[in-house]
Amino acid sequence: MSAKVITVTSGKGGVGKTTVTANLASALAMLDKRVVAIDADIGLRNLDVVMGLENRIVYDLVDVIEGRCRLRQAMIKDKRQPELYLIPAAQTRDKMAVSPSDMILVCDQLRQEMDYIIIDSPAGIERGFRNAIAPSDQVLIVTNPEVSSVRDADRIIGLIEAEEKGPGYLIVNRLKPEMVARGDMLSVDDVLDILAIQLIGVIPEDESILISTNQGLPVAMTSANGSSASHAFRNVAQRVAGDSVPFLDLTPKTGLRGWWKNLVNGR
Amino acid sequence: MSWFAQLFGKKETSSSVAKKRLQMVLVHDRNDISPGLLEMIKDDIIQVIVKHLAIDATAVEVNLNQDGQESFLVAEIPLPGNGAGNR
Repeated sequence: MSAKVITVTSGKGGVGKTTVTANLASALAMLDKRVVAIDADIGLRNLDVVMGLENRIVYDLVDVIEGRCRLRQAMIKDKRQPELYLIPAAQTRDKMAVSPSDMILVCDQLRQEMDYIIIDSPAGIERGFRNAIAPSDQVLIVTNPEVSSVRDADRIIGLIEAEEKGPGYLIVNRLKPEMVARGDMLSVDDVLDILAIQLIGVIPEDESILISTNQGLPVAMTSANGSSASHAFRNVAQRVAGDSVPFLDLTPKTGLRGWWKNLVNGR
Repeated sequence: MSWFAQLFGKKETSSSVAKKRLQMVLVHDRNDISPGLLEMIKDDIIQVIVKHLAIDATAVEVNLNQDGQESFLVAEIPLPGNGAGNR
């Protein structure tokens, strides 16, 4: 068995790549998969704090590449899961400290001992992005239902197809069902019409994401009580693992007011 | 737009405006053709046509359209009169 390398990218910053990476890695580990998450955002390390592993860093990705430690020494074990690891980014270096062939080499070393290698890409389309997609078997593109991130996602889709890493799979993050219902936010169908790629996840806007990230706990690891985002992330992991899971029904709950609004809005 | 909104002439939703704007900008992005380049092409087309036909230059439109995966450069050049006089 050889691991599948999955890159999480977006073009635009701030759409939730790191949150998706942390939660996808956690949720796959919860399915008893052997998972390593790699932070490819050299110089702007963040996957460590989102996963709650920031106090345990000794070595980082650049230390591995420059031969200051063995690969195993840079892998921080997440003790909350049986087989979940993080390779953190270097904080005081820049993207040029890593090359696409370095990333391929690191992933090739990991492939035999892991089931999934999840790479958190930096924003942008330059060296850091090239590094993140070089070893990739599958690219997940994160977008928000909003004009600038959808435009950047379209650019990324073009670039990964040019690199023969396509077609790419879409995650629509931070969806607000109430805004979609009143016609003030692009719907998932609108985004799919525009980007014409396959959907693999829809994550609703959910305060529980911030609350659990505050505590260094990916929301996917929390119990399902009321958090639709937690559920949505675990569904993405199942789809990545090859199960077909229906998408969550995110239409707003309809009371009498909702019923009237739906009638008026023709839904 | 819903039937209710149509009935009362309510303006279109902000999400449908967003979708239309995105579709327009992406046709330009994907083909690397700026609105400025399109203007230059339009001006050149007009210069060629007016050598042969009397047209209203202000009515000429040159646009990019997308149909599935294919993009088209579409020029609309209205001809003067309705052509009926030549029948």
